[in-house]
Amino acid sequence: MWKWLHPYAKTERAYQLCLTLQPWFWAGALLCLSIGTVWGLAFAPQDYQQGDSFRIIYIHVPSAILSMGTYVAMAIAALVGMVWQWRTAYMSMIAMAPIGAVMTFIALFTGAAWGKPMWGAWWVWDARLTSELILLFLYMGVIALYGAFEDKQQAGKAAGVMALVGVVNIPIIHYSVEWWNTLHQGATISKFDNPSIAPEMLWPLLINLLGFAFFIGAVTTVRLRNEIVLREMHRPWVQTLAEQQLANSQQKRAASQKSMKEGN
Amino acid sequence: MLEACGLTCSKRDRTLFEGLSLVINAGELLYLRGPNGAGKTSLLRILTGLSEPELGTVLYNGIDISKDKSGYYQALFYLGHKSGTNGSLSALDNLSFWLAQHKVSVDVNALYDVLEKVGLVGLEDVPVRYLSAGQQRRVALSRLWLKPAKVWILDEPFTALDVKGIHMLELSMKDHVAKGGLIVTTSHQPLSESAGKHRVFDLEYRF
Amino acid sequence: MSLYHGIFKRDMQIAFKQKAELVQPLMFLLMVVTLFPLGVSPSPDTLQRIGPGVIWIAAILSSLMAMERLFRDDFQDGSLEQYILSGMALPAVSAVKVAAHWLVSFVPLLLLSPLLAMFLNLTVDMYVALVLTLLLGTPLLSLIGAIAVGLTVGLQKGGVLLALLLIPVFIPLLIFATSAVDSAALQLPYHAQLAIIAAMLLLATALAPFAIAYSLKVSQN
Repeated sequence: MWKWLHPYAKTERAYQLCLTLQPWFWAGALLCLSIGTVWGLAFAPQDYQQGDSFRIIYIHVPSAILSMGTYVAMAIAALVGMVWQWRTAYMSMIAMAPIGAVMTFIALFTGAAWGKPMWGAWWVWDARLTSELILLFLYMGVIALYGAFEDKQQAGKAAGVMALVGVVNIPIIHYSVEWWNTLHQGATISKFDNPSIAPEMLWPLLINLLGFAFFIGAVTTVRLRNEIVLREMHRPWVQTLAEQQLANSQQKRAASQKSMKEGN
Repeated sequence: MLEACGLTCSKRDRTLFEGLSLVINAGELLYLRGPNGAGKTSLLRILTGLSEPELGTVLYNGIDISKDKSGYYQALFYLGHKSGTNGSLSALDNLSFWLAQHKVSVDVNALYDVLEKVGLVGLEDVPVRYLSAGQQRRVALSRLWLKPAKVWILDEPFTALDVKGIHMLELSMKDHVAKGGLIVTTSHQPLSESAGKHRVFDLEYRF
Repeated sequence: MSLYHGIFKRDMQIAFKQKAELVQPLMFLLMVVTLFPLGVSPSPDTLQRIGPGVIWIAAILSSLMAMERLFRDDFQDGSLEQYILSGMALPAVSAVKVAAHWLVSFVPLLLLSPLLAMFLNLTVDMYVALVLTLLLGTPLLSLIGAIAVGLTVGLQKGGVLLALLLIPVFIPLLIFATSAVDSAALQLPYHAQLAIIAAMLLLATALAPFAIAYSLKVSQN
């Protein structure tokens, strides 16, 4: 495990890995999201109570699940960075943070939009929505702490500690909010408490969940590449990379100009 | 013997130094020179173990300092930009706390001798905050004569000191080196004759 | 052992030389609590309903103000460097400092609590529950808060950031503590809530000192 992973601690190797993974992630995201969304929106049967409005789960549920998943992934990255002192681990943690925050926001937004027809109000202090809101706060804390440091290496370590504190807290928060919710709003029936979901509704949901995961992976690789290049701007390998790309694009331009001339 | 092996340090994604190796023998004074922002303080802090280098190790008598912290710290005296004295406590309180903390037992007479040497007798009960900048620096420096440390790492020790103070400190440095001690120091004004023989090490500013 | 006792004594000594800094968060707490009868309603029933929450929210907010004191001076004057260079175990040093901080900033709050209970018309049962939750909960505030203070101590503008980091983390404590007092108001048992707070406190006591020490090291870099 160690021998296999260790080369990726080097920023250059991590950059190359991102480059290789990226097209696969994009392709997976495109494939899964188009199949899952079309299936879910057009072909899955209507809900007998909620009609068509239930179809928002095809966005809401994957984003909610992955907002938590991304936070856990961040905490794992932080732990790896802390134990083995990998700079790339902290970089990937911070690459994931805004994506996870956006996922949380999407979950909250779709939850509110779903709540309007269901409860007649945009915002209800439902247990899961409240947990999601607190999760958004945790994300914002990590991002704000990272932004506050000028030395980004120190920033990564500090934000990593906060991510770990947060991940220990997530289950406690979740549990406490459920407790609070049953005390204060025992009468509200949670919209997620459907006993079971029909398989023809479930399949598109699972496919979309996979699609969201691929999408997050794809955006993370893009952001991680950006982060690496930004942080290592002064290193020789980035400079040769930039020169190569410049030469490539010039070659392409020259070639296209040539072909245009020939066409004339 | 203090050894730095292949130290790399970067701050704010600017590499300050890369693969820096350095040997300081016992009985040697190393005078670290370089423009502002060259990484003198960063290097000194790495040598003390306060910051960790990105790559490389620091060895004291052949042992990695991160492996044997307490052994190294027993032999180390570090004076940084910050004096390490609490402003609301008196010089005496600050010093006796520091001595207890560093497990140095000094009797009261010796403590007063040192206070006299740095010219603080009569001021030892005043909260350090009310002393002048130079006097505060003297409180911090007086530890130098209280802890029997082999390795002195002094970051800009002459700041805020008057001519007499600088002379006194330079003489002590010479004395310490003669006794087989080891000093690494930085300073913006060059060391004078009274500091004795020293080796100069230049750190370049890198982009 | 006497070494750590020395740190404790020193911190107490410094705290009593900076009395103003200790009193100000308490005055803030008192004023925040005063705002609620004025802003919501002075009716005894309403105050009794919102009272536990108000006291706990005010306690959390005022603790955020007092928290910064914990490592700020030691960081700025370089004492923290000397702590590290003394070869003492940093987690133990942090634990001692947190304990001293808790004593000087939260014990006065406990002494003030009868007044707050009177202001907000809490019953005796509710007051007992409130004191128990404060006893178990405020050390938790200190321990977890110290991690974030350790992280932000090197930043010039740490104040608001500290609140942003800590408020979400304190939410479970707020929920369980107020729920315990609410149960007491209804003459229901509240052992469960107290047990959960105690469990969180034990977890924090075991882990937080190491996290604080790590944060302080990160701030030194």
